[in-house]
Amino acid sequence: MTLGLHLPGDSVIHRLPVGWKIGCLLLASTGLFLVSDPAWLALALAGVAILVIVARIPPSVMARQMAPALVILAILVAVQAIFASGREALELGLRFGALLPLACLVTFTSRVSDMIEFIERITAPLARIGFDPAAVALALTLAIRFIPVLFQLMTEIRDAQRARGLERSPLAFFAPLLIRTLKMAHEVSEAIEARGDPAPPDGPAGRSRANRK
Amino acid sequence: MVVKHVVHIALFAAIVAALGLMPPIPLPVIPVPITAQSMGAMLAGSILGARRGGLALVVFIALVMIGMPILSGGRGGFGVFMGPTAGFILSWAVAAFMIGHLTERSWSRLTLARLIAFNVLGGIVVVYGIGIAWLSLVSGVPIDKALYGSAVFIPGDIVKCVLASMIAMTVKRSYPVIRR
Amino acid sequence: MIELRDVSHAFDGRMILHDVHLRLDQRRIGVVGANGSGKSTFARLLNGLLVPTQGRVLVDGLDTRTDGKAVRRAVGFVFQNPDSQIVFPIVSEDLAFGLKPLRLPRAELDARIDAALRRYGMERYRDHPCHHLSGGEKQLLALSSVLIMEPRHVILDEPTTLLDLRNRNRVVEALGDLPQRIIVVSHDLDLFRDFDRVIVFDGGRIVADDDPAPALAHYVSLMS
Ligand SMILES: Nc1ncnc2c1ncn2[C@@H]1O[C@H](COP(=O)(O)OP(=O)(O)OP(=O)(O)O)[C@@H](O)[C@H]1O
Ligand SMILES: [Mg+2]
Repeated sequence: MTLGLHLPGDSVIHRLPVGWKIGCLLLASTGLFLVSDPAWLALALAGVAILVIVARIPPSVMARQMAPALVILAILVAVQAIFASGREALELGLRFGALLPLACLVTFTSRVSDMIEFIERITAPLARIGFDPAAVALALTLAIRFIPVLFQLMTEIRDAQRARGLERSPLAFFAPLLIRTLKMAHEVSEAIEARGDPAPPDGPAGRSRANRK
Repeated sequence: MVVKHVVHIALFAAIVAALGLMPPIPLPVIPVPITAQSMGAMLAGSILGARRGGLALVVFIALVMIGMPILSGGRGGFGVFMGPTAGFILSWAVAAFMIGHLTERSWSRLTLARLIAFNVLGGIVVVYGIGIAWLSLVSGVPIDKALYGSAVFIPGDIVKCVLASMIAMTVKRSYPVIRR
Repeated sequence: MIELRDVSHAFDGRMILHDVHLRLDQRRIGVVGANGSGKSTFARLLNGLLVPTQGRVLVDGLDTRTDGKAVRRAVGFVFQNPDSQIVFPIVSEDLAFGLKPLRLPRAELDARIDAALRRYGMERYRDHPCHHLSGGEKQLLALSSVLIMEPRHVILDEPTTLLDLRNRNRVVEALGDLPQRIIVVSHDLDLFRDFDRVIVFDGGRIVADDDPAPALAHYVSLMS
């Protein structure tokens, strides 16, 4: 399965439930902003490095994912070093230097489907205020399903545009893209309705029929 | 929740994502191609309206968060939101909601000029406001320096506002969604 | 059995279907007609996707107007474009989608998914992303996702239009083996050769309703 940035593996970190990993990440990020002693921050950075090794994430993969953020970070560190102080620049560099790979680690070791299940679970209590967790999960999975479909549609439209010499006209790209997407949305919602309601009987989606034209 | 609304939200989130995978688009006047992804919030807001437009961007952000490499350049995952520029991405949801809200309110007497104004307000004022405040807050870099650093992108973003508004007006004429 | 009683349908005040009165009790029924003659509208009325502006549609005695949910459980629907009806990223997830509200035990869910995949020899695709399938495989998946719900009737609106000859033949072969009642809308006349009945639409009215040979002959003369 080739969805998302997940790297399959069986390390302790891979096997940890998604909710735990996200909780730890939130705790760690809060902690890193409360601490300002470079020694402690350096220790945190070392800790994250160990976790990355434990999870057997190849350094090249990690580097590729972090590179754009690291460039911006380097600029900000330079700004701080020039206009503030060396210590503040060091603090900034260490803090994000630890945080970025830790966050990537959670991503690399967690499956997208587990994440969606987790989101469905934590949004369940919102059902009481008229929010539908099944609709949340449906929206996420539908979006994932349609990324390749829309990418292909975009490529087709762009080729058609080229054939007509319109490659520098964003309007000639976006107008057909959006109109075809809206038509497709109509077909997709018809297909979903024809396949039965995704929500449990009498759930919010069940009521949708009444207020549709 | 109406099934069709969920589908609109999901498909627009998917458009924003797929735009991140497309190579940059060449423009008529400007020599450098633009990455069209940041137009996503403008298009979602001015075509779907506040609720669906805002939620489309929320879904997009959630997809990035759970590890889809769909930000332009193939970035994704929690790392994006732990970086100093996370505010710019997060602001898209607010921008789409606000653009959608303004568009809905003047739907029956919408003009191109008005829609451009809405898109500038949401797509530039809101996005830069939140993005720069966030950057300054988490990195400690003073607001004015953060603003100078980001200002180079503003002209390109104004072009995107105009384009997104023209596109949305065309779509409104042939396939209006908001009042349906 | 599906029954239409004096059914008419209008969109925004424009009459699209006029006075259709039918009992559909054969096992294999074909529907043909020119573009815009009302075939898809007719098909959508049969499972309650559309409720008629006049008259009643009854599926095994259930009225589509009042028992929409039960009707949709009894009537599966396959659309033209497989990309619009596959709603989950992974093959097995898409098959499981409709079953979710039934809250089946994990083992039974897996058993049903495996059986559905075996039917068209797609076991190896169980955990594949749907967008890696070919057009014909996608349409077979869409059909499987409908059949896994065990409907008593299956409606197909131009199921082979977007497919190449080989994939078209695979889908046609798949249809031949179904025990359900199937109602197929298509411009592919060959498909109807050994059907039990063919209905011809023109301008929102039924102009022929007969065995395939005479009905198709009527349609061909209508078109020329
Ligand atoms: N949702 C709708 N709103 C308004 N008009 C509609 C709608 N759906 C269909 N129509 C109109 O109803 C008429 C019949 O359409 P229908 O889709 O049933 O034709 P069809 O026989 O399936 O044609 P085709 O062979 O092209 O698929 C057409 O004129 C079409 O424009
Ligand atoms: Mg049709």
